[in-house]
Amino acid sequence: MVQLSLPKGSQPTKGKKHAAPADAKNLRTFKVYRYDPDSGSDPSIDEYQVDMDSCGPMVLDALIKIKNETDPTLTFRRSCREGICGSCAMNIDGTNTLACTKGIDEVKGDVKIYPLPHMDVVKDLVPDLTNFYAQHASIEPWLQTTTVQPEKEWKQSTEDREKLDGLYECILCACCSTSCPSYWWNGDRYLGPAVLLQAYRWLIDSRDEATGERLDNLEDPFRLYRCHTIMNCAKACPKGLSPAKAIAEIKKMMVERRV
Amino acid sequence: MTDMRTPLSRVRGRGSAKSGTDHFWLQRLTAVANVPLVIFVLASIVALVGADYATVKTYLSMPVVSILFLLLILSGVYHMRIGMKEIIEDYVNGEGMKLLSIIGNNFFAAVVGLACIYAVLKLGLGG
Repeated sequence: MVQLSLPKGSQPTKGKKHAAPADAKNLRTFKVYRYDPDSGSDPSIDEYQVDMDSCGPMVLDALIKIKNETDPTLTFRRSCREGICGSCAMNIDGTNTLACTKGIDEVKGDVKIYPLPHMDVVKDLVPDLTNFYAQHASIEPWLQTTTVQPEKEWKQSTEDREKLDGLYECILCACCSTSCPSYWWNGDRYLGPAVLLQAYRWLIDSRDEATGERLDNLEDPFRLYRCHTIMNCAKACPKGLSPAKAIAEIKKMMVERRV
Repeated sequence: MTDMRTPLSRVRGRGSAKSGTDHFWLQRLTAVANVPLVIFVLASIVALVGADYATVKTYLSMPVVSILFLLLILSGVYHMRIGMKEIIEDYVNGEGMKLLSIIGNNFFAAVVGLACIYAVLKLGLGG
């Protein structure tokens, strides 16, 4: 059955408290999920007081400050710090988002930071995305053609190019998929919103010649039809995209090709 | 036992079932059909509140009435069966338990559907 409570050994305990320097006045408290598989102990919620007068405005700035100045063992992924790489996706203040584009001032009270929900945790805020990436690979996210390659580029009209808007911007941060209850319960078989949005990006590409095979591959009670339009994906997406709409369009294509 | 398959092999699994669209389509089709049918049947029940057996029998023996009742039974039970199957697939993860639940769901829908049809026919055709 669906697991509604955390299994034994996954329930976070109260962790360490790290106070800010005595002269700091403008303080914010960050409550961060910590888990170290090598320690053998349960995960914990550590508290860090951060001096906001010497900290950047984004949640990622605070995390980097904590790692640099307070606790070098704090582990998280980050790279571009401008919302384009998708590395720093995590659950902040109850919502999946990118730490680099989430302002600390957007959060009221203590800033609670957890890894993306319902994924295996590698360490601290780093989730195991192996299955997620394999699912992305399974939809073969590249242009597929059988016509002989033209001398220059594959041509596309302006109107057809516009159909990719709202899809190509996806950075595969996994905020949407890990916010989706259907993905929580059946993530091994349901492809999830991010991967289905990517699948639609290739289905709708006028240059692609494998639309039928792509639809065949998706036509499955689990791969596609676990989506029940819950819409958490569209709410979570830090890029403002709507995977739910892309999935609805795929379902429409499925019906249209047989009705 | 350690699973040494690659992540892609696990995701591809046994491939796509190449089904699901029929259920998706029929779920919506029966939903649309259910709206007028449920209104009609509810209105009939409200109108018949307090009526005696003979009145109900006469009402149901009108062909249009009994056909609309039968249509709601078919559409409603099919809708129920698909909806429950979706819920089972969502929430029951163990393969054995899932199979048992799906079998039970089919049997339940068949029994409920046939019992309702039998009742309407018995009343409508003068049992």
